[in-house]
Amino acid sequence: MTEIFGVPTQALFGQLLIGLINGSFYAMLSLGLAVIFGLLNIINFTHGAQYMMGAFAAWFLLNKAGVGYWWSLLIVPIVVGATGVIIERTMLSRLYKLDHLYGLLLTFGLALVIQGLFRNEYGSSGLPYQIPQELVGGYNLGFMFLPKYRAWVIVASLVVCVATWYVIERTKLGAYLRAATENPALVQSFGINVPRMITLTYGFGVGLAALAGVMAAPIYQVNPLMGADLIIVVFAVVVIGGMGSIMGSILTGFMLGIVEGLTKVFYPEASNTVIFVIMVVVLILRPAGLFGRER
Amino acid sequence: MLTGTRGILVMAALFAIAPWAGLYPVFLMKVLCFALFACAFNLLIGFGGLLSFGHAMFLGTAGYVSAHAAKEWGLPPEVAILAGTAASAVLGAVTGLIAIRRQGIYFAMITLAMAQMIYFFCLQSPHTHGEDGIQAVPRGKLFGVLDLAQPLVMYYVVLAIFLAGFAVIYRAIHSPFGQVLKAIRENEPRAISLGYDADRYKLLAFVLSATLSGLAGATKAIVFQLASLTDVHWTMSGEVVLMVLLGGMGTIFGPVVGALVIITLENYLAPFGQWVTIITGLIFVVCVLAFRRGIVGELAAWLERRRA
Repeated sequence: MTEIFGVPTQALFGQLLIGLINGSFYAMLSLGLAVIFGLLNIINFTHGAQYMMGAFAAWFLLNKAGVGYWWSLLIVPIVVGATGVIIERTMLSRLYKLDHLYGLLLTFGLALVIQGLFRNEYGSSGLPYQIPQELVGGYNLGFMFLPKYRAWVIVASLVVCVATWYVIERTKLGAYLRAATENPALVQSFGINVPRMITLTYGFGVGLAALAGVMAAPIYQVNPLMGADLIIVVFAVVVIGGMGSIMGSILTGFMLGIVEGLTKVFYPEASNTVIFVIMVVVLILRPAGLFGRER
Repeated sequence: MLTGTRGILVMAALFAIAPWAGLYPVFLMKVLCFALFACAFNLLIGFGGLLSFGHAMFLGTAGYVSAHAAKEWGLPPEVAILAGTAASAVLGAVTGLIAIRRQGIYFAMITLAMAQMIYFFCLQSPHTHGEDGIQAVPRGKLFGVLDLAQPLVMYYVVLAIFLAGFAVIYRAIHSPFGQVLKAIRENEPRAISLGYDADRYKLLAFVLSATLSGLAGATKAIVFQLASLTDVHWTMSGEVVLMVLLGGMGTIFGPVVGALVIITLENYLAPFGQWVTIITGLIFVVCVLAFRRGIVGELAAWLERRRA
């Protein structure tokens, strides 16, 4: 068997793949957080719970309504995004004039409520979700076996991330959005409905989290706490990347997933903590984050 | 009435007679430990304006160190508690130096992430015994004389520790140091332009808060003869935020009231499983939306209005 640095290539590529998969989810989730933070100045602690809601919604659609994976990809983000819109309209919108920390506290409370309700109903053991028929099986690449579904997740999340980047950085709608981030009062005076834009942005960010949840359902088990610990890692990813740039959070997400995967190969004991250690190092060397600007 | 030394005397007297009024010492000791933890946290958020979302790491680390010192090394309880407190002070200095490099929301996220790192460390380290925690920690004899196995003796020792910690916080808030801290909270650039080294004040407040949180955690480990992962988990960090938010951020007695209410609530809701989490979350939401001054803050505002 071939080896690199004393590690069998099979194990190395296997962990690299897992790292890329995790990175896909880090990227999608930190992207949503960055978009929401950009306009609302709120760190959405509910993001992990909304990701979990996405996975559960997909499970519901399949097992209670017979709606499959592909339709779930479309329906779930809209439905969960709509709950986000309700949250923004009824609660978050009351907090914009206050210290940003209240937004963090409110969304933290909401995350506890949502996770508690789901745990009450489903316990903490996971529910299985079948891989869609079209994506069962895999490719033999010679040096490793690549399951089709995992390849799909990586490609799909890349497409979603790049599309989001394109909309925000290259379209007129994105230009409004960026302008409103800089100076909402001025943009409003040009006749653009900024409050509605804020609401829809939050809904979009939540929808992204839900989409990530649907994509995660066949890989990880559908579990009420699947987003709880993940969100803390994503926070560290966001701190490392800096929230100034959309592309920055995408790149950081993928990069850290890979680093985490490699750590699992070379020093498994540190695989849980490596991202936090990187965060500390980045904070010491470059406090604004790799792609961030000091505000 | 809500500030000043008279208030402290009333509070001390109430806690001193509480075990004779039919309240269980173990319950009261839990309240006191968490009240000290919440007061230490309030020093940071209420007077320094720094929201740490990782304070469980100080509570938990001190708990593990003091439990280990008392059980494995056979040290007397006062030394064990001091060792735990010192460990948290060091940890506070290290995390503080890193976390104060960013402000506001980033500060919260960084402290949360660092606490998660400590959590994983505790989960994997052989000294902490993983999911079991360090059990059957001996309470021992304080200064070789006071037998802490007696519930009432233990209770009054905990009360003394709490009051000492509370006095330190009270002094800190009402000292020139506390005034500068408030100035930094209100307007950091202006405080800097007046010649105050804002980072140094923030770091000092952070270390002080971490140390006293450690004192609470170390005492708690001796009282319950247990140090476990619960105390380092992020839910514990959230819980202390809730206690302070509910009681009243930036008030002297708010954290004590908040700790009392939350611990009582948890006691009664314990049989209902997940409902504790749900209700905790709901209290968060309600406090943020409609009740930002907290119980003591609202009470003070009401007294103020009535006087006017």
